[in-house]
Amino acid sequence: MEAYLDNSATTKINDDVLALMERVYKEDFGNPSSRHKKGMEAERYIKTAKEQISATLKCKPDEIFFTSGGTESNNMALIGTALANKRSGMHIITTSFEHPSVYEPMFILEEMGFRVTYLAPGPEGVVTVEALKEALCEDTILVSMMAVNNEVGAVQDITALGAAVKEYNASIVFHVDAIQAYGKFRIYPKRQNIDLLSVSAHKLHGPKGCGFLYVKEKTKIKPILFGGGQQKGMRSGTENVPGVAGLGLAAELAGKDVEGLQEHLFELKKYFAKGLSELSDVTVHLVDNKDGAPLSDAEREERLYKTAPHIMSVGFLGVRSEVLLHALEEKGIYVSSGSACSSNHPAVSGTLKAIDVKKELLDATVRFSFCKDTTKEELQYTLEVLKELLPQLRKFWRK
Amino acid sequence: MYQAFLIKYGEIGLKGNNRHIFENALKNRVAECLRPLGEYTVVREQGRIFVECPQGYDYEDTVEALGRVFGVTGFCPVKVVETTEWETVKQAVGDFVEEMYPQKNFTFKMAAKRADKQYALTSPEICAKMGEYLLSRFSELSVDVHEPQEVITVEIRGRAYIYSKVLAGPGGMPVGTAGKAMLLLSGGIDSPVAGYMISKRGVALEATYFHAPPYTSDRAKEKVVDLARIVSRYTGPIRLNVVNFTDIQLAIYEKCPHEELTIIMRRYMMRIAEHFANKSDCLGMITGESIGQVASQTMHSLLTTNAVCELPVFRPLIGMDKVEIIDIAQKIGTFETSILPYEDCCTIFVAKHPVTKPILSVIEKSEELLADVIDDLMKEAIESTEVIEVRA
Repeated sequence: MEAYLDNSATTKINDDVLALMERVYKEDFGNPSSRHKKGMEAERYIKTAKEQISATLKCKPDEIFFTSGGTESNNMALIGTALANKRSGMHIITTSFEHPSVYEPMFILEEMGFRVTYLAPGPEGVVTVEALKEALCEDTILVSMMAVNNEVGAVQDITALGAAVKEYNASIVFHVDAIQAYGKFRIYPKRQNIDLLSVSAHKLHGPKGCGFLYVKEKTKIKPILFGGGQQKGMRSGTENVPGVAGLGLAAELAGKDVEGLQEHLFELKKYFAKGLSELSDVTVHLVDNKDGAPLSDAEREERLYKTAPHIMSVGFLGVRSEVLLHALEEKGIYVSSGSACSSNHPAVSGTLKAIDVKKELLDATVRFSFCKDTTKEELQYTLEVLKELLPQLRKFWRK
Repeated sequence: MYQAFLIKYGEIGLKGNNRHIFENALKNRVAECLRPLGEYTVVREQGRIFVECPQGYDYEDTVEALGRVFGVTGFCPVKVVETTEWETVKQAVGDFVEEMYPQKNFTFKMAAKRADKQYALTSPEICAKMGEYLLSRFSELSVDVHEPQEVITVEIRGRAYIYSKVLAGPGGMPVGTAGKAMLLLSGGIDSPVAGYMISKRGVALEATYFHAPPYTSDRAKEKVVDLARIVSRYTGPIRLNVVNFTDIQLAIYEKCPHEELTIIMRRYMMRIAEHFANKSDCLGMITGESIGQVASQTMHSLLTTNAVCELPVFRPLIGMDKVEIIDIAQKIGTFETSILPYEDCCTIFVAKHPVTKPILSVIEKSEELLADVIDDLMKEAIESTEVIEVRA
C-alpha cells in the first residue's frame, strides 16, 4: 500500500487541471502580449483564471497578480510594500514562526534599515491580539501573518488580527501568507481587512511554479521585478499561461466545497489522533498535553478543531525523525521531518521551539499532512506500520 | 586555429621492453576521455601520441578532457600545415606567433624536428632560417637560446606541426597498467580523493559503499553514486557495490560495547570489501584514512582494522592534513558533492566517547559476542549487495 501524507509539501496535480494545461501548451501556446489571435487566445486564459480566483475571494479580478509561486508572492508582498511605504515608517511586525520565504526577506529588510518585531506565539501556536496591539506603533507600515503554520498547523485568528491592525491605523498594510490556508478555509480579504494575500498553486492540486498575490486596490506597493511591464507593471515577465490556467481551475475546484473538505480532513485528523493516542510516547503537537496527561475524546476533538484540518505534527519520543521518515518510506508512507538534520548539528525547527515543544521531541517530530484524496484506510495502514516500527526503532536510539 | 594536440608523457617513456603496453593504454585512455566530445583520431607514432581534432571541435572541452588523463604530463595545442613546402611553413609559423602572442616583446628559441630525413633543410637549418624570418617579421622579438621565455617548435613529418604552449596534464600512469584495487567509498571528502590518488598511478578502481536504510537515505546513496561518477571521469568506469549494512550495524549495536561500535563496524566493512575485492581480482584495497583524523583512524585503530584483511590496504592520505585533502577534492571536483549534508552510517550510532586506543585482543573478544549471528548476517549482506556500473 502507498500513503502519500506529505500534502503540505506538495499535492498531486488534478487530472482536469493537467488536461487544461496540456491544451494550453500544445494548442493555445501564444504569448498574451502578442497582438495577434494567438496572443489574444492566451490572454483569455489569464482573464478566466483571474475570474475563477476572484470568485473564491469575493474580490475583483484586477486584484490578482500571478507569480512564480508562494515564495515570490511573499517576497513581492514584503519587499514591495516596505519599499513603497518607507517614507511613512520603517517598522514591520511579523511572527517568530514564519516560513523562510517570509523571514528571509525580513532579514534583508533589516539589513536595509527596517525594524522588524517578531511576535512569539503562545504554546498553542497562536499570536494574541493583545501582543499585536502592543507591538503596533506610529512607525509601523506592514504587518505580515501566516494564516496556517506549515510545520505544525497552528491557525491564526486573521480576522481579529486584521481588525486590530486597521483599528490602530488604516494605512498599515496587512499581509497574510495563506499558502497553507487557501482552499482549506474560506478567506475573504475585504471582510478580514487583508490587503495582500499569498497563495501557491501546487498546494491545491495545481501546477508547481505558479501562484498569485492578491493586492487590494489602492494598496501602496512597488514591483520587485522589472522588465516588459506585464500585469500592469506589477510583475514583469511573460505570464506562465499554462500555469495560470491550471491555477485558476485548481482554485475554482478548491473553492467549490471548502466546508466538505474541512469535514473530511477533520474526520481523518480525529481518527489518526485517536489512533496515535493508543501508541505509547507519542505526542500530537498543539493537541496533546505536554506533560503526557491523557485527554478525553471530547477534549482532543475540541483542541483539534482549533488547528488546521490537514496538518498534524507528531513527536515520537526516542525516534529520530529522519530515521522514522525513511523507515516509513520503506513501507510506502511519505511524510516530512520537521527539519533536515545532519548527525552532528541538528538544525532544530524554530517553529517547534516557538510552540514550546519539549527538547527531546525537537529532533523526533514528523509531519503528516492530508488532502482530499487521503483515506481512512491509508491512515489505518500508517497506524499499523507505526505500531510495528516504533518499538524496533526505539531499540536503536543513539546512546 | 589548433587542429591537433601533441601529448607528452614523462615516465612512461622511460619504461623498457614493455613500454608499448603503457603507450597503448595511454592512447586508449585519451581516446576514451575524448569520445563523448566527438570523433577525434588518436595515433601513436614514433614515441608520441597525436590527437587530431574533428571539424568544429570545442577547444576548452578538449583541453579539460586531456587534463584528466593520467599518464599525460603535458600537451601542446598544435597548428597543422597541410604541406611541408618551406615558404608556406615559414608564413604559417609567422602567423602562429602573430595570433598566439599579442605582446611580442619576449625572448624565444626555435626548435625543429624532422621525421622526413629527405627534407631539404636539416633541423639546425630550419631553426636558423625560421628564427631569422621571425626576427625580421616582428621587430620586438629577441632570441635567447639558453633561457627563452617561449620555445617555438616546428615538426616536419608529412605535414608541418607548429606548437609552443605546453599545458599541464595530471601526470601519473595510464589507468589499467597497474591492475585494480577496491576503494572503500563513503560520502565524505576523503575517500574519493584517495581513489583518485591511487588511480593516478595506473590503478583501475572498483568501489564498495555501505548503505544503512532507514538510517541513511536514498539521497545519501545517490550522493555516493555521484561521487563515483566524478572520480570515474579520471579513472574510467567504476563498479560500485552497494552493501546493505543495517542489520550488521544493529547487531553490533545490540551486542557489543558501545564505545567499540565504530571500530568493530569498520572491521566488518573491511571484511566485506575484501570479499568483493578478491571476487574481482583486485590486488589491494584503498581507504581515505589519515592518521588521527577521527577516533577510528588513530594508529591503534588502524592496526585493529588492518588486522582483518590479507590484501594490502593503500592509504594515500595517511600523512595529509584535512586542508590538503580538501585542496585536492576541490581540484578534482568532488568537494561540493562530498559536503552535501546527508547522514552516513558511520556517524549515526557513534558513541560520545569511542575508543581511541583499541586493543586487538579486546576487540576480537567483543566480536565473539556476535558469533551466533554474524555469519548469516555477512552472507545476507553480501548476497543482497546491489551492483551499479558507474561511468562518466
